[in-house]
Amino acid sequence: MSAPTDMRHRKLHRLAALIRKETRQMVRDPSSLAMGVVLPLILILLFGFGLSLDVHDVPLAIVMQQPSSDAVGLSEAFRLSSYFQPRFMHALPAAEQLLVSGKVHGILYIPQDFSSRLAVGDAQVQLIVEGSDANSARIIESYVEGAVGTWSAQRAAEGLSGGAAVAGPVNVETRLWFNEADESRYFLVPGLLVLVMTLIGGLLTAMVMAREWERGTLEALFVTPVRSDEILLGKTLPYFMLALAGFVLCVLSAQFLFHVPLRGSLWVLFGASMLYTLVALGIGLLISSAVKNQLVASQLVALTTFMPALMLSGFLFDLRSMPLVVRLVTYVLPARYYVKLLQNVFLAGNVWSVIVPNTAVLALMATGLAFASRAVTRKRLL
Amino acid sequence: MSSASTEAGAHAQRAPALLARELTRRFTPKDRPVVTALDAVSLAAYHGELTALVGPDGAGKTTLLRLAAGLIAPDGGSLAVLGVDVARDPQQVQDRISYMPQRFGLYEDLSVLENLELYADLHGVSAEQRAQRYPALFEMTALGPFRTRLAGQLSGGMKQKLGLACTLVRQPELLLLDEPTVGVDPLSRRELWEIVQHLVDDQGLTVLMSTAYLDEAERCSRSIVLYQGTVLTQGPPAEVAGGSAGACFLATPPPGQSARSVQAQLLDRPDVVDAVPDGGRVRVVTRGAHGEAAAQPLRGLSAEPVAARYEDGFMQLLQQRVSRERTQPLTIARPLSADSGQLAVRVQRLVKRFGAFVAVDHINFEVRRGEIFGVLGPNGAGKTTTFRMLCGLLAPSGGELYVAGANVRTAPAAARQRLGYVAQKFSLYGPLTVLENLEFFASAYGLRGEAKRARIAWALQQFELGDRAAAVSAQLPGGYKQRLAMAAALLHEPEILFLDEPTSGTDPLARRVFWRRITGLAEQGVTIIITTHFMQEAEYCDHVAIMDGGRVLAQGSPAEIRRRGQSAATPDPRMEDAFIAIVEEARAAAGRDAQAVA
Repeated sequence: MSAPTDMRHRKLHRLAALIRKETRQMVRDPSSLAMGVVLPLILILLFGFGLSLDVHDVPLAIVMQQPSSDAVGLSEAFRLSSYFQPRFMHALPAAEQLLVSGKVHGILYIPQDFSSRLAVGDAQVQLIVEGSDANSARIIESYVEGAVGTWSAQRAAEGLSGGAAVAGPVNVETRLWFNEADESRYFLVPGLLVLVMTLIGGLLTAMVMAREWERGTLEALFVTPVRSDEILLGKTLPYFMLALAGFVLCVLSAQFLFHVPLRGSLWVLFGASMLYTLVALGIGLLISSAVKNQLVASQLVALTTFMPALMLSGFLFDLRSMPLVVRLVTYVLPARYYVKLLQNVFLAGNVWSVIVPNTAVLALMATGLAFASRAVTRKRLL
Repeated sequence: MSSASTEAGAHAQRAPALLARELTRRFTPKDRPVVTALDAVSLAAYHGELTALVGPDGAGKTTLLRLAAGLIAPDGGSLAVLGVDVARDPQQVQDRISYMPQRFGLYEDLSVLENLELYADLHGVSAEQRAQRYPALFEMTALGPFRTRLAGQLSGGMKQKLGLACTLVRQPELLLLDEPTVGVDPLSRRELWEIVQHLVDDQGLTVLMSTAYLDEAERCSRSIVLYQGTVLTQGPPAEVAGGSAGACFLATPPPGQSARSVQAQLLDRPDVVDAVPDGGRVRVVTRGAHGEAAAQPLRGLSAEPVAARYEDGFMQLLQQRVSRERTQPLTIARPLSADSGQLAVRVQRLVKRFGAFVAVDHINFEVRRGEIFGVLGPNGAGKTTTFRMLCGLLAPSGGELYVAGANVRTAPAAARQRLGYVAQKFSLYGPLTVLENLEFFASAYGLRGEAKRARIAWALQQFELGDRAAAVSAQLPGGYKQRLAMAAALLHEPEILFLDEPTSGTDPLARRVFWRRITGLAEQGVTIIITTHFMQEAEYCDHVAIMDGGRVLAQGSPAEIRRRGQSAATPDPRMEDAFIAIVEEARAAAGRDAQAVA
């Protein structure tokens, strides 16, 4: 065996030993398993089910001034809907009383002339919604509009007059509003990838390097033939694999649990995610090697990666609605580019004009961080 | 010096394994002046030898070892390890040497075997070499039965042996050990020594180890004494001992006087270098030269000259450089009546179980007022558990406990008001200053107003903490922390003071000062109950209990205990020999019982 091959052989041998050691520690440490597997699972379930914008059994007062067959028919549509729990009343003041006391969240007022105006195709209903929680109010509004729309569409289908006209005060777009309740999930589940990758990549690696400093194990490790790039790689690879598992978990649940469409290529998604993981790993390793303290490292990483990934990546809050200064800040955040890629691949398809520049930025960041980590991790104690 | 030339002759044909010339290393701590850890030191360690690096805390021992391992860079001078300039090519040195840091560097969540395998892999040890090496390592360390156990679940002594085994997965050209025996009980310490000595003698291993135990330095072929970053002396240990030849005596206290009070009186004399109690007598090292002048301080005492030991010479060396910190003995505001007939602590059939594990197994002992009572035992013997029960911090599973007349089980608060407790790691609030710590503890003991001010002033003055009152306690040197912890525990003028390994990790000089304070307290009627790893310190005690496996194996005065270690091999046993003999005998008996039951 020639000398260089022998050297490379030994190097691989050492790297394999470090990876084995790191993997064992990872598997045995409940906190890293919790963060790498349990937390992503909780996030998936939370965002997938808990955070969906569906509302059920909204208490709604329906005031019918004259119980004509049309009016009864419309109110029946509400009774049968799982979204509402209607209370039928005859006078508006009593219903208003209920709204004020919070017993109902909205009032649907069907006026006296509903039937007669319906016949000429100019029917109107009034909706009063308790608006202190703007978000719920909007959802209720859209549900009511939807229910009315459905009813009128049914009438139209049955060939009854006024079917289309009853939609006069009711926006035809109501159907889309309903869709949005579903689409929020389409949007949130891919966004989860940002959180999971940031958690595993950044937070976990931040802990592991600092832990070795704290426990004094690096001091012994340094005085062996091991090289610092081997230590770095030995730390990176196992967590890269863990991140990969988190990625697969998210994509599978998006596909099979929540039926989120994937319009772009799986390979683009995969490539972009791996790049982002490398960036997150780089940040974690860099901070961890620099501060050498688990608590400080995890707090720093949470502040510089996780919080921004949650708030400033465009995942939960639209970047365009942010003040200019904040928007400028988001340009240094890797999560921003990743979210852009995710939205693209999941919802739009392979739009190369978006994919190429965002991937390039991530690649640049990953390279820079790799060099920086390499520079910071020297086999020196001080 | 003649010794230097003979030494040069002995090593003429051998190249040094480690050679430092004018080696300097400084540190710049935050907000504090620059510390010169090593100040232009020149020293050498030779192939095939065991070299000890001795010196008090802050001498520069760890810095030197880290420089040799290429973990830090020097600020000046040169350091060659195995002929390689470490500063220039640290990797080549790291490829060839092994190093065990003070905290062993083990991965606690990996098993014994996995730790070994990791280091074997990193050192590129082949499968055949492993097959040859591992059985030997397992036999040497007796870790064979525990190869699947996680390193974090090993006892302190086993961790230390595993740490050593990890450095020996292949034969290193130089082995660096940083205080490998600190905080480890005498049994584990002796086992580790046997391993190292065997490797040096039989396999020609080269070892450089730092140690706080002077008896260990005595067993090396060469010792280097460091003090505050400079070399005081280097050469064969006999030379160090020889420095105080003719100045060492064993003095017998006159009738009616305790060895401890004679020791204290002698230690306070400027012409005495060192005085320690020794089996009912006092071992004294005087400043004078040989003959009549040397015995001058001992006039009026019956004293016989004895052969000088390494420790005697070491103390003499240090005294030439520093005037010993001559502390005034502590004076407490209200001396307690020295009615030694009264019992301060009574423990009867005390038991503590943690699940199925019996940590303390039916122990009995009594401590009289004003006594110093020492509890000795290996790690995990049940010492700290017993202490916590005595202080009312832990509920016993059975038995009776009386402290200062109060039943701890029924009236723990009453007992606690009358005792002070210094925990193993000194329970101080790191971010608070010295003064803030004292104020907090004073308030915690219910002191207020004038009384509180007076007690804090007393503590600052008695423990010489005044100049550091505004210092953040986390940044204090170890000795100061120990004093602050003691001051805090004495604020409410307790009758009984519990000290759990207060001298662990402190150097011989600091220990002398500490014991001077403790004996002063005892003289004023305070009862002291103390645990320690340093067997010599048991000599300061009136009574000693030796614990192992939750049981008290032996009780008595230090002299009585020492007699139990007597055998043909050790006609004049030291406390350590007796300790090991007692523990081993009990363990062997337990083994026989277990076999008989099986």
